[in-house]
Order: sequence, then C-alpha cells, then structure tokens
Amino acid sequence: MSLMDRIKDCLGTDLIEISEFRGDVCVEIPKNRVIEAMTSLKEKGGFDFLSDVFGVDNIDLYAAKAKKAKKKKKGEEEEEEPKKQGPPPPRFEVIYLLLSLKTNERLQVRVRVPEDSMDVPSVTGIWKAATWPEREAFDMYGFKFKGHPNLRRLLMWDEFKDHPLRKDYPLEGKGEERHLNYDTV
Amino acid sequence: MNFQAIQGEGWLLCKAEQLINWGRSRSPWPFPYGTACCGIELMCALASGYDMARFGAERVAFTPRQCDVLIEAGTITKKMVPVLKRIYDQMAEPKWVIAVGACACTGGVFRTYSTQQGIGSIIPVDIYIPGCPPRPEGILYALLKLIDKIEADHPLYKKRQQVVEALEAGK
Ligand code: SF4
Repeated sequence: MSLMDRIKDCLGTDLIEISEFRGDVCVEIPKNRVIEAMTSLKEKGGFDFLSDVFGVDNIDLYAAKAKKAKKKKKGEEEEEEPKKQGPPPPRFEVIYLLLSLKTNERLQVRVRVPEDSMDVPSVTGIWKAATWPEREAFDMYGFKFKGHPNLRRLLMWDEFKDHPLRKDYPLEGKGEERHLNYDTV
Repeated sequence: MNFQAIQGEGWLLCKAEQLINWGRSRSPWPFPYGTACCGIELMCALASGYDMARFGAERVAFTPRQCDVLIEAGTITKKMVPVLKRIYDQMAEPKWVIAVGACACTGGVFRTYSTQQGIGSIIPVDIYIPGCPPRPEGILYALLKLIDKIEADHPLYKKRQQVVEALEAGK
C-alpha cells in the first residue's frame, strides 16, 4: 500500500486535498478537525515525530494572481469567458511537518486559517515538541493555538505588538525600540 | 609613547598621569562579547595564532566587573539591547568599547525590524572596526589604536574637572 493510500485510509473524511510533488506528500485538513486527524496520523499512520510547525501568509500571492487574471481579461476580452470566482482563499496557513521514524517517510499537513478567526487547536497534547514551534508561529503570525500551555512570544520581546512575518508588516519595522528598565529586566 | 622620567637609584620622577596611562594602556583586559559570526574572528584574534595578549590584553575577563575593554563582536538584536546596556553599566571605570564588524557599527546587512542599527546609540563606542567580518589583524589594529587613545588621555585632569563641575552644580 502506498503512502498516499495509507494516509487516505487514516484520515477518511477529514481529508480535503492530497497531492504529491517529487515524492513529497502534502495533505490539507479542516481546522476544526486538527486534533482528531493528527491523532490518527500519529497512531494509525505511524507519524510519531513532529519536525516543525510554521505559518504561511498568502496575502501577496493572491493579490498577484488577481492582478494577472485582470490583465489577461483586458488583453483577450471577447475570447475568454468570465471565470467563476469562488470565495477568496483564507489568508494564512499553518503547516505541520511530520516524520515517521520507523519508515523514514515524511508528510506535510496544512491547515487553512482565515484572517478573522486565528484560533487553531494546539497539537502540544499529541507531540510535546510542538510547544516552541507553536510559540514561534504565534510570535511571527499571530495564530492563537488553543490549548497551548504557555503561549508567549518566543523570538521577539514580550511588549512587542505586531507579528513581523506577516507580509503587510514593513521590513524595517514600525519603530519599535526596547529600552533598559532595571525593574523588569 | 613619550614616557619621560628622571630616575636614579631607587627612585623615579615622572608625571602621575603618565604613570597611570602607562599602567592602563599596558593592561586593557578585554570582555569578549561575541554575539554572531564576528565573535569567531575575535576568538581567532585572542587565540595563539594572533595572540592579542602580546599587547596587554592578557586576561580575558568573563565578568564585566573585572575588565577594561568591552569588545562587542556581532549583531545586536533589539531584544539584546538591555543586556548589552546592563553589562556596560556594570563595568568599572575606566572603560572603553570596541565595536567589531559592520553589524556592531551600523547594523550591517540586517536592516530589519529586529536588529539594532549600530550600538553607538546605546553605549559610547571608542573604536569602530569596519568589515564583515574584519580580519584578526583588524581587531589587533583597533586594540593598538585604543592603546594610543588611552595614552593620550588625561585621567587626573578629567577627574579634577568632574569634581569642579560637581561643586559648581552644588552651589
Ligand atoms: S559584520 Fe558580518 S561577520 Fe560580523 S556579525 Fe555582522 S554579518 Fe557577521
């Protein structure tokens, strides 16, 4: 049984999309079923090791695509039919990289997260190793991992307001400075 | 150095400032503050190949209380700023600072939200060394320049000046 089939078996109805690119398998699961899907991937699928958790901000990608589509339409107005526009894809994605230590297989699991509800169930209960990567993803993108034991910033200092890896955050920052304060340092 | 003294059997006559500077310039004990890749060059400059100890940087002090020169080698993130400031404040007078590399001088290639754009805005810097990273020779050259600077100093005059200013402020 190939890896694809086994994953399909394992996830059942929780599977939204599965694809393979040069031997790397990538699946998408719905946000509200993260815990169930991950548990079954760990117990039935044998993915016992969590390598990393991180986020993706797709804001520019979708903006660029929309622009391209518009340009195309202007060029060949009559030939092309107006395409059906679905709802805009959610802006953020959380990506989990899993590894099976027994069979040495890897799997990428992605969860789409819309901008207006940044809650994501935490997988710290399944893999203890998720604590720091989840804190980093929270720090950089602002995902609120529900059930995380200690969701504080990991890289930036505690008083920092923004989430710097979001694409609309300016590269040189918004003038945040950190000053010496003998009482709190 | 133009160290001038009259000496005879068992006695030496010279300016007190000269004597103080002589002592200070011959023992600039460094505090190695390596935070990034430049730290590796600093280690190289301190180790036997280049041997900074030849110029008086004999004992590397890993405590800010017992050092004279803070050698800041590497990138300073904004999160690190209070730590650097605190270490500088803990050092006993007299103290000097050498900023090693483009990052410590200006932020270098990291013109981003997380990097301090040069440590000059946090603590007073005596010598800046450009380069990414500077070679160990560069660090040795900076130390020699610092020694020149120390020898040209007027410690007693400064002290007197401080006392006078304090008295005048008291009035
Ligand atoms: S100046 Fe260059 S070598 Fe030195 S810390 Fe910065 S990036 Fe590294």
